[in-house]
Amino acid sequence: MKKKNLYFLLNISIIMLIIIFIIIANKKFDSYVIRILNLCAIYIILGVSLNLINGFTGQFSLGHAGFMAIGAYVSALLYMSPELKEENFFITPLIWPLSVIQIPFVFSLIIAGLVSAGVGFLVGVPCLRLKGDYLAIVTFGFSEIIRVIFNNLQNVTNGPIGLKGLPIYTNLWWSFGIAILTVLVVKNLINSSYGRALKSIRENETAAEAMGVNLFFHKSLAFAIGAFFAGLGGALLGSFIMTVDPNTFSFLLTFQLIVIVIVGGLGSITGTIISAIIITVLMEILRSVEAPMNIFGLHVPGIPGMRMLVFAILLMTVVLFFKKGLMGKKEWSWDGLLKKYFPDNER
Amino acid sequence: MTFNVFLQNLSNGISLGFLFALIAIGYSMVYGILNLINFAHGDIFMMATFFAYYAITFFSLPWGLAYFAAIFLTILLGVSVDRFAYRPLRNSPRISCLCSAIGMSFLLENFAIVVFGGRPKAFFRPEIFTKMHTIFGVRIHSVSIITPVIAILALLVLTYIIHHTKVGLAMRAISRDFDTANLMGININKTISFTFAIGSGLAAIGAILWALRYPQIYPYMGIFPGWRAFAAAIMGGIGSIRGATLGGFLVGVLSIMIVVFLPALAGYKDAFIFIGVIIVLLFKPKGLFGEE
Amino acid sequence: MSVLKTDNITMQFGGLTAVSNFIIEVKEGELVGLIGPNGAGKTTIFNMLTGTYKPNKGKIYFYDKEINGKGIDRITSLGIARTFQNIRLFSDLSVLDNVKVGAHVHIKSSVWKTIARWPSYLYEEENIHERAISLLKVVHLENLKNDLAGSLPYGEQRRLEIARALATSPKLLLLDEPAAGMNPQESKDLMEFIIEIQNRFKLTIILIEHDMKVVMGICKRIIVLDYGITIAEGNPIQIQNNPEVIKAYLGVEATYA
Repeated sequence: MKKKNLYFLLNISIIMLIIIFIIIANKKFDSYVIRILNLCAIYIILGVSLNLINGFTGQFSLGHAGFMAIGAYVSALLYMSPELKEENFFITPLIWPLSVIQIPFVFSLIIAGLVSAGVGFLVGVPCLRLKGDYLAIVTFGFSEIIRVIFNNLQNVTNGPIGLKGLPIYTNLWWSFGIAILTVLVVKNLINSSYGRALKSIRENETAAEAMGVNLFFHKSLAFAIGAFFAGLGGALLGSFIMTVDPNTFSFLLTFQLIVIVIVGGLGSITGTIISAIIITVLMEILRSVEAPMNIFGLHVPGIPGMRMLVFAILLMTVVLFFKKGLMGKKEWSWDGLLKKYFPDNER
Repeated sequence: MTFNVFLQNLSNGISLGFLFALIAIGYSMVYGILNLINFAHGDIFMMATFFAYYAITFFSLPWGLAYFAAIFLTILLGVSVDRFAYRPLRNSPRISCLCSAIGMSFLLENFAIVVFGGRPKAFFRPEIFTKMHTIFGVRIHSVSIITPVIAILALLVLTYIIHHTKVGLAMRAISRDFDTANLMGININKTISFTFAIGSGLAAIGAILWALRYPQIYPYMGIFPGWRAFAAAIMGGIGSIRGATLGGFLVGVLSIMIVVFLPALAGYKDAFIFIGVIIVLLFKPKGLFGEE
Repeated sequence: MSVLKTDNITMQFGGLTAVSNFIIEVKEGELVGLIGPNGAGKTTIFNMLTGTYKPNKGKIYFYDKEINGKGIDRITSLGIARTFQNIRLFSDLSVLDNVKVGAHVHIKSSVWKTIARWPSYLYEEENIHERAISLLKVVHLENLKNDLAGSLPYGEQRRLEIARALATSPKLLLLDEPAAGMNPQESKDLMEFIIEIQNRFKLTIILIEHDMKVVMGICKRIIVLDYGITIAEGNPIQIQNNPEVIKAYLGVEATYA
């Protein structure tokens, strides 16, 4: 059969497998494992969306936490019931009409994503002329400004206390579903003429422009789509941990995503997926190191900070010795797999 | 508000400004010579305070000796960071260096948490640094008097080094034109190490003065002054020592004045700093005071 | 109607005037050479024509349409393409992808349709692929289509740059020192190649070159620049015997040689 149809069938099979996996997981796995699966999926969403901006378009943005925060707050403020809002906003009441609105989770997600995308676009505009370090600083600055604003707007975000007791809407269907959507959208974008245009910007901006690639449009595109999924990821994360507060979405979170993306390979979706899974699992394992344990009756005190120390060492090791990360710019593709195991004629 | 209170706040601001200047110079010099934003600089500042702290409490050194030991160790640390985290990436794409710097920053912070513990420690203050003096009816903390004095001394020494020594000449040459300086036989690596040494040394001096003023030290304490000093360096014109100093003042005085005059906006302090940085980077990337 | 017409364009950088009152008119199908000593302002003129620089004075007309000050990508979409003096390929992209990027400027499918893999997009993508392959065949690089552009030897990189520029479907092609670094045989091949693509793609070409064999060999008309000013214009014979030109290139003594 034609290659294209084969690939399509293979992709559908993978999705079916994932669906079956989720059904089994929901029935059989214990809640701790499900928690990790959810986190893996969320970090895949966040990592792939960051890689679109940083890895494929070459715009080194440190502002992802800001987009996540926007997504988390917007969605929470939309799906929280008025009663829950009143409970939370005990110092200063929430402004109208937010205080009375309540919409289903799915719509709150869509709106959250769109608002984040809008902000992503606004952040991208001034960054058009900036390169390297300066771009990183400005995007970081935006992220911090967003955090400070959220920390202070008592009557909208409830200030430093944040929103607590959120209903848990995030489950394997949502997290895996959106993860698949993110990967599909980014993959389809990257493997297209627009994707080549984005990559050309990364490779050589001057030449890209000379070849007719409009820098404003394409950089904004990357920022907007990247921010959209970051917003979704943030919303999912908020509902997952039942809390949305300014400190969850700090530079620390962006840093973790940077590590994921660099370890996986700036410019490889496959790499980001693998790396997100490995690092999420690693984070959980290390979490136990931070808490006190009992080994053979001996009380071993926890080592707080160990997790992030390992992370930092991991990042340094990859940056210094494995510059391309796990996959570099390579991807796993049906094409590649087939070539390896069934070498036949070229197209 | 009375004039007295105003003067008090102003002197606070100026003293704070000097502290930011001392740290900002480190950012500026490293950027001028390497085109790298040393994210770890604020954490090197933090380590200096811990060096001093342990020198006094663990090794029971007299405070004068402890401070010198701390400065020396900090210089070693700064040079090592360059040697092991930045030098191997000299020829790599800029993003690698950026990631290395960020990674180094997190590494130092979490190293401190793991080894020193996350709870704030009380920095020992020798008595002479805790007195309040009254000058022209204004009550000023002794640290606020000593800070400008020491800072000015340090800046004078620095200016001398930059303009009247071979190393200083080498630093200026590399800042201007890396490749030509290299071709002219200037030892790039040694000069860069020297730059880090000076920057770290100044940061250490600033750190001790800072700890004398705000005697609570903890692993994340470098973040706040680090970003302020960085903003100062950017707004003053990154790469320029004069700019870093002037920028330091700007940020120091503004920090205090905003809190005093616009208390309602105090919570947005951090945001203003970043807005300032963003505006400068977008419209006057050479800084408000131009390049040296 | 002329393809390109400039009307006394001038480029100043601070106190330095790089190009002064440059006038040129190029008709369809011409192959014009732009020569002059280093620093004469030739690449600056290219930069003005492509929109990289906006002329301080004067206007540029492309098919009677004013284009000075328009964005670089816009000018490319109107039909002016260029190659660079120092090769600027997309090193980590494949040879094929490099060429395909050139085609992006004329894409009709929206981003939505692209992501959703709409049939109209798939059709366009197929066309882009076919065209890119055929362009690679023209420059004899189709066997290397999946190699990384950065891994190609110098001469092949130059050819790839030209293929990429051709992918933008230009009407006017600006070649900046395409023969740089080539040996005599390669230069000869290049000459034939330029004539071939001119005929095949109905191009108008302006060529900056230092290799006089190439310039005199294929350009019907040559403009000579020195210190930003046009000092001579004419056919190869006229230029070769022009004393001003000889002086500019070889110094005053040479005119008496």
